[in-house]
Amino acid sequence: MLFALILIPLLAAVAILLGAPSKKTALAASLANIILAAIPLTSWKSSCWDTGFQVLENPNINLSLGLYDGMSVVMLLLSVLVTLAAVYSGKCPEGREKLWFSSTLLISAGAIGAFLATDVFFFYAFHELALIPTFLMIGMLGSGDRKAAAWKITIYLAFGSIILLAGLLLAVGHLDGFAFADLKAVPAEHQNAVALLLIIGFGTLVSLFPLHSWAAPAYASAPAPVSMLHAGVLKKFGLYGMLRVGMVVAPEGMAHWIPWLCVLLLGNIIWVGLVTLNQKRLDLMLGNSSVMHMGYIFLAIAALAANGENEIAQPAAVLLMFAHGISIAMLFSLSAMVERKTGTLEISQLGGLAKTAPALAFLFGLAGMASIGLPGLANFAGEVMVFFAGFADWSPQDGMGWIQITTIIALWGVVLSAVYMLRAYRNIFQGPLVKNTTNATDISCCDKIPTYLLAGTLLVVGIYPQILLQFL
Amino acid sequence: MQPHYIEFITVGFGIFLLMFEAFSNGNKPRLGLIAAGGLTVILILQCTASSCAPTPDWLSRFYQYNSVALFYKIIALVSTILVLLMSVDFRKVLSRYTSGDDTCSGLGEFYCLPVFACAGLMWMASANDLVSIFVALELVTITFYVMVAYMRRNVGSLEAGVKYLILGALSTGFLVYGIAWMYGALGTTDLAVIAELTHENPNEKPTYLLFGIALILIALGFKIGAAPMQLWIPDVYQGAPTPITAYLSVASKAAGFLVLILIIGPFIKWSATSHEVITILSIMAGATLLYGNLAALKQDNFKRLLAYSSIAHAGFLLMGVASGDFTSVSFYLGTYLLMTFSAFFVLALVRDQENSDSIDAFDGLGKRNPLLAATLTITMAALAGIPLTAGFWGKFFIFAAAIKTGSSWWLLTIAFISVAAGFYYYLKVVKAMYWNAPRSEKSIQVPVITRTVLVLLTLAILVFGIWPQPIFSLLEIFNH
Repeated sequence: MLFALILIPLLAAVAILLGAPSKKTALAASLANIILAAIPLTSWKSSCWDTGFQVLENPNINLSLGLYDGMSVVMLLLSVLVTLAAVYSGKCPEGREKLWFSSTLLISAGAIGAFLATDVFFFYAFHELALIPTFLMIGMLGSGDRKAAAWKITIYLAFGSIILLAGLLLAVGHLDGFAFADLKAVPAEHQNAVALLLIIGFGTLVSLFPLHSWAAPAYASAPAPVSMLHAGVLKKFGLYGMLRVGMVVAPEGMAHWIPWLCVLLLGNIIWVGLVTLNQKRLDLMLGNSSVMHMGYIFLAIAALAANGENEIAQPAAVLLMFAHGISIAMLFSLSAMVERKTGTLEISQLGGLAKTAPALAFLFGLAGMASIGLPGLANFAGEVMVFFAGFADWSPQDGMGWIQITTIIALWGVVLSAVYMLRAYRNIFQGPLVKNTTNATDISCCDKIPTYLLAGTLLVVGIYPQILLQFL
Repeated sequence: MQPHYIEFITVGFGIFLLMFEAFSNGNKPRLGLIAAGGLTVILILQCTASSCAPTPDWLSRFYQYNSVALFYKIIALVSTILVLLMSVDFRKVLSRYTSGDDTCSGLGEFYCLPVFACAGLMWMASANDLVSIFVALELVTITFYVMVAYMRRNVGSLEAGVKYLILGALSTGFLVYGIAWMYGALGTTDLAVIAELTHENPNEKPTYLLFGIALILIALGFKIGAAPMQLWIPDVYQGAPTPITAYLSVASKAAGFLVLILIIGPFIKWSATSHEVITILSIMAGATLLYGNLAALKQDNFKRLLAYSSIAHAGFLLMGVASGDFTSVSFYLGTYLLMTFSAFFVLALVRDQENSDSIDAFDGLGKRNPLLAATLTITMAALAGIPLTAGFWGKFFIFAAAIKTGSSWWLLTIAFISVAAGFYYYLKVVKAMYWNAPRSEKSIQVPVITRTVLVLLTLAILVFGIWPQPIFSLLEIFNH
């Protein structure tokens, strides 16, 4: 049954390449996946979902899938929701439908596979499967300086994957097997090395400062579905891996690197936050803001590394991963619509769009507010929990540790994101109409469906976060 | 049927082809199909040959038959069949530089010689004595001298032939000299006896044995293209006819590694010599990896790129040998065959139709022929070692073995950097195919043989990428 979740997009992609109607097939596949993903929601703890077969005897490697714990369930939900929205989003250039929709589905299949795999090997392999179509799509159908952006993301992520592989091999070399169930802490003398490799490897994939510079240009030039799926879903693979593998095989190693991790994640939040403030184009601003928000999730991971007993940290990280995934996907989808309606994404050449396209303005405002953490929307719940995690089990007598100081500084990031997001909203949607926006039309009903879906998710999770926290 | 008959049948088949070629004046490329068909029959015979039939006494001194031998025989047969098929589709270019016209009248021997090389490779897989190894290796090498220089109206091919001949002869000299020293040190050329000797005397440490090993390593370093004996590779690969380049890069390399495993294997495990041998092998592996990968970064000629990539792969394989995990090395060679031939089939086709080997010739291939571009993308991904392709498993097992046996950290670091560099230059080809605008709108015609073989090879790369067990089962088929 879990195999179907991967096979449906995979086979649909093949069918599209062989000539099936592109958009209809892609929509049918992503809808079918949402329905399938909903089935195990009530019974995800049952082992009846585990499935797989052996591909190699020695070392024992299995292509096994399962809902290892609630984190997989949440990530699966995120993947299928964003996939449906991504299939709907963006404007496919004439004559390239096959490539456009099949790549979108392939990325989705890879991401779902990575989150469902219960074997380190296929966990890694499925992520790589998703990267190839990502690179190809940016290079072929991207906008702006697509070749440079695509080449940069290719080289960065390939480098990150190799470091990651080195870390995983080093870890697994000291353990009994590749199954998640077999993972345990490696001997003490290897902990620091394993943790360092994993932080650099996963960190590159998640755009941890200073390995983040591939992200903003790639998202800016990528076609909308690709930036939605990569920033929304695929990038979370690195964070998921830190929690799923890194914390298990090298807990002490991670604790050893906390000071470094804290400095780097502040680089994400403050440095990239300031960079974001300075952006003149909406797509680059969104790309940078997505890099910035990764810092908060790393903060939760650092809090978990500092204190393994910290019960809030992991749910906080996962909740924020989900919320950020939904909100950034929605923002990328909407910014593609802004570009389609007005022909530009230069913030200075836009204005008053709310008068001609009120629905677009409302939805963008909602997603923007969510992304800066307005209470009542999903990101707020996540960010607040992250900050609580920073001070969990802490009493004033302990004095301020790395985590506490980092948390306090990180709070200022909220201010930064409020400034850039509100300023962008004001410049684009408020004020007098300008040349580009005078003749803009509002979004059509067909465009609304996916964004309403994402907006609804943000609201529901924001008001009642327990709906996801029950899994964690 | 007894296994050793099959080598006799192969040689006989080669002689038959030569006679047939001499006395028939039909079209020569058909000869290639006949040869490929004949070798396919031999491949089937080989797979069905009884493993339990004991080798007769008069032969057992020189010949053994086990699952590793079977594996390398299959590699030899499959790669020869693929070379012949590629040569059939490559006949236009070959003919232009041999008879100088399109009649293909001078191509007869080109389709017969690979059969002899194949017989040599098969014999080598079963050889268990330094002398029989040497004889088989010479049969292979001498056939290659002819094949490399076959396009006699092409200066590049002649230059390649001369370089290969001179350096090949030199390395043969080293090999004989090394064998002589080894015989002097151990008093035997029988590999089984050598293995026993190393078991019995764990502490003895004859310096002259180490000298012999060093000489043999130099000779084999030439065959497999390991630094510092790799300098001939780019020129010879670029000049030789493309099917022969593929043959050199797969079969000749596999043969080199097989001999390396057969001769050096016992000394890696023997405590008296293991330290020295492993150190030399590690240094060679590191240097080969660095040279192959760094030099490949700058290449804009696809054939030369593949030459450097073959050096780089030799580095990974050497790392596997140094870790003493010969099963992983054999597995790597098996997957390497699939990927390399797939790449060379595309290259031969583009060379045939665009008259160029450079990466520019692949610009916009994604639009001109999507099937070809898709297969080459998967092949390049496999060569780079991206998961879910067969190429990934090869690197994976080598790395796992190296980490497990505690290889030096500097070698592992170099190897990981090499993989990252590999991403750069292999994906450069993918980038050219999809991101760049095509040079011309003319679509590329894929002949039916090339198309069938390419689809099969690509499917194999993907299937083994998810399910590598069959290759391992084959490597242990007689052990159960």
